[in-house]
Amino acid sequence: MAEMDDPNVAMTASGTPAVIAPGYTFGSVTDKISSIVLARKTPIGWWIGFLIAFALTNLLFGTIAYLVVKGVGIWGVNIPVGWGFAIVNFVWWIGIGHAGTLISAILLLLKQTWRTSINRFAEAMTLFAVACAALFPLLHTGRPWLAAYWLFPYPNTMGVWPQFRSPLIWDVFAVSTYATVSFLFWFVGLIPDLATLRDRSQSKVGQVIYGMLAMGWRGSARHWHRYETAYLLLAGLATPLVVSVHTVVSFDFAIAILPGWHTTIFPPYFVAGAIYSGFAMVLTLAIPIRAVYGLEDFITLRHLQNMAKVMLATGLVVAYGYLTEAFIAWYSADKFEMFVPFNRVTGPYWYSYYALIFCNILMAQTLWFKKVRSTPIVLFVVAFIINCGMWLERFVIVVTSLHRDFLTSSWGMYKPTFWDWSTFVGTIGLFLALFFLFLRLLPMISIFEMRTILPQAKVSEE
Amino acid sequence: MTPPDVYGLMAEFEDPNTLVAATHRAYAEGYRRMDAYSPYPIEDLHEALGVHHSRLPLIVLLGGLVGCFGGYGLEYWVSAIAYPVNVGGKPFHSWPAFIPVTFECTILAAAISAVLGMLALNGLPTPYHPVFNVPRFALASRNRFFLVIEAKDGKFDLEGTRRFLETLSPREVTTVAD
Repeated sequence: MAEMDDPNVAMTASGTPAVIAPGYTFGSVTDKISSIVLARKTPIGWWIGFLIAFALTNLLFGTIAYLVVKGVGIWGVNIPVGWGFAIVNFVWWIGIGHAGTLISAILLLLKQTWRTSINRFAEAMTLFAVACAALFPLLHTGRPWLAAYWLFPYPNTMGVWPQFRSPLIWDVFAVSTYATVSFLFWFVGLIPDLATLRDRSQSKVGQVIYGMLAMGWRGSARHWHRYETAYLLLAGLATPLVVSVHTVVSFDFAIAILPGWHTTIFPPYFVAGAIYSGFAMVLTLAIPIRAVYGLEDFITLRHLQNMAKVMLATGLVVAYGYLTEAFIAWYSADKFEMFVPFNRVTGPYWYSYYALIFCNILMAQTLWFKKVRSTPIVLFVVAFIINCGMWLERFVIVVTSLHRDFLTSSWGMYKPTFWDWSTFVGTIGLFLALFFLFLRLLPMISIFEMRTILPQAKVSEE
Repeated sequence: MTPPDVYGLMAEFEDPNTLVAATHRAYAEGYRRMDAYSPYPIEDLHEALGVHHSRLPLIVLLGGLVGCFGGYGLEYWVSAIAYPVNVGGKPFHSWPAFIPVTFECTILAAAISAVLGMLALNGLPTPYHPVFNVPRFALASRNRFFLVIEAKDGKFDLEGTRRFLETLSPREVTTVAD
C-alpha cells in the first residue's frame, strides 16, 4: 500500500511516470502553484483567450435578450422536434460535468493519488459546465422568469405546485442538488489553499479577499481532523449523486414512450457517456494548460495516460450501449422500435449517425496504443473529437427519435437556426470565460493535497 | 507568573516528524490545552493531541434523515393534499415516482450539514486568532509546522514550558501575544 502510493517507487518499479516530478519541497510546490495566481502581471495570452471567450459570452447574452423578447420561435424547434439544440446542449454540458465529480469524489474514495493535481480544475469545470447546462432548460421554457413556480415547490399566489410524477421535476432537483454539492465540494477543498494565498499575497486587496474566503483557516490539527471527515463524507455523498444525476437526465427520455427513448439501457449508458465526455473535456483543458503554465511536473504523463484509460473503458461501455440499443430494437419485434435504428442509419440525418460512430467508437480505439496515450498533442486531438462525438450522440438521440415517430403524417424535419448555434457557441464562451477567471484568481491545483503526496510528507512510525 | 497578555508559547518545527514527536511528548508531559498546526493534514496528529471522536458523522446522518423525510413529505403533501392532480389515473400518493426527489433531497441536506457542521465545530469563520500575531505563523500554510501550548493550561509556566519546548528540537520558540 505504502509502496503503491509513493510516486518515485512507482516510477522505478514499473516504468510508469510519477504523479509528481521528483525534487519538490512543501515550499516549492506552494510557490509554484500560488505564483500563477499571485503574479502581478497577467500574461498576454490570458487576455487574448479571455477576451475571445468574453466576446462569445456577450453573444450568449445578446441571444438570450432576443430570445426573451421574441420567444423560443427564434430557434428551429417546432412540432415534432420540440427539444432540439436546447436539450442536446443541456445533456452535453451536464455530462461533461460528471468527470469533475468522478475525479474528486470517486477517485478520492479509491485512494488514487493521481487525482490530486487534476481534481481542482476538474471540479471547476464541473461547476461551469453545470451552469451552462442549467441555462438551457430554463431558456427552453420560453418564459424563464415564470419558470420559478413551474419548477420549484414554493407557496405562490396561484396555489400551483409542481408535478412530482414528472421526470422533468426530478431533473430540477437532481441538477440543482448537483450544482450545490459540487460547489460545496469545490469550496471546501479551496479553504486551506485560500489561507495559503492570504498568507502569501503581497497586496492588501488580495489579503482581505482571500482572508475573508479562507474564514480564518489556520491549519489546526483539530480542524484538519474534522475537515478530512467532512471531505470524505462529501465524497461519499457525491458518488451516488453523480450516478443519479445522469440517470435522472436519462429518465427525461426513458420515461417517455417514444421509440428510441423508451429503453432501460439508458441510465447506465448515459452515465458511462457522461464520464466519457467529461474525461475528454478534462484532457481538452488539461493538455493546453499544463503546456502554457509549465505544469508538466504536476500534471504528468501519468495523469494523461490514466485519463486516456478511463476514456477507453467508458468509451467501450458507450459502444456496448449503442449495440444493445440496436439489438433490443430488433429483438423487440416492434416495428416502430425497429424503424429507429434503420432511420438513424438511412434516414435524412444519416450523416450525424456515421459521424457519431466515427468520433465515439472508432476514435476511442486509438487509445489502445500506448503511443497515443503518451503523446499529449495526439491525445488532445482524440479528446476533442470525442467531445464532438458526445455532442452528436445527444443530437442523434433527441432529433432522430423525435422527427419520425409513430404516424408518418406527423413526421417532420428539424433545422437549427443561427440563434440555435449562437446560444450553443455562447455557452462555450461563457464556460471558457469563467474558466479563464478561475485560472487567474484561484489556485488551479490543490496546493495542500500536492503537499501530501510529497515523499517527505510521510510521518515515519517510531 | 504568566502575564495576562500571553496566549501561549509557540514552537516552530521544520518537518512533520518532529512535530508529531513533540506533540506526543507534550501530551505525555501532561499538557492538554494545546494545538498543532500543519500545512496539510497529518494522519493521526489529532490522536497525539488527545482528540479522538468527531460528532460530524452524526450531524451528517441527521441532516440526511431530515432531507429524506422532508423531501418525501413535501412530495406527499403537494401531490396528495395541497394540489392533487389526476394524471393518467395514477394514485395521488404514487410513491415510486417520489423516490428520485427524495434521494436528491437526502444528499443535498446531508452535504450541506457536512459543510456547515464542519465549519461550526471548527468555530469558523474566525477572522482573528492570537496565533496570527506571530509573523512566522504565515508559514503554517506553506512549509512549517507549529505546536502551541496555551497559557490557560494548568501546567503552563512561561519559563518552565519554554524550557520544555526547547528540548523538542524546535527551530525557535516564540511567545504568542493574546
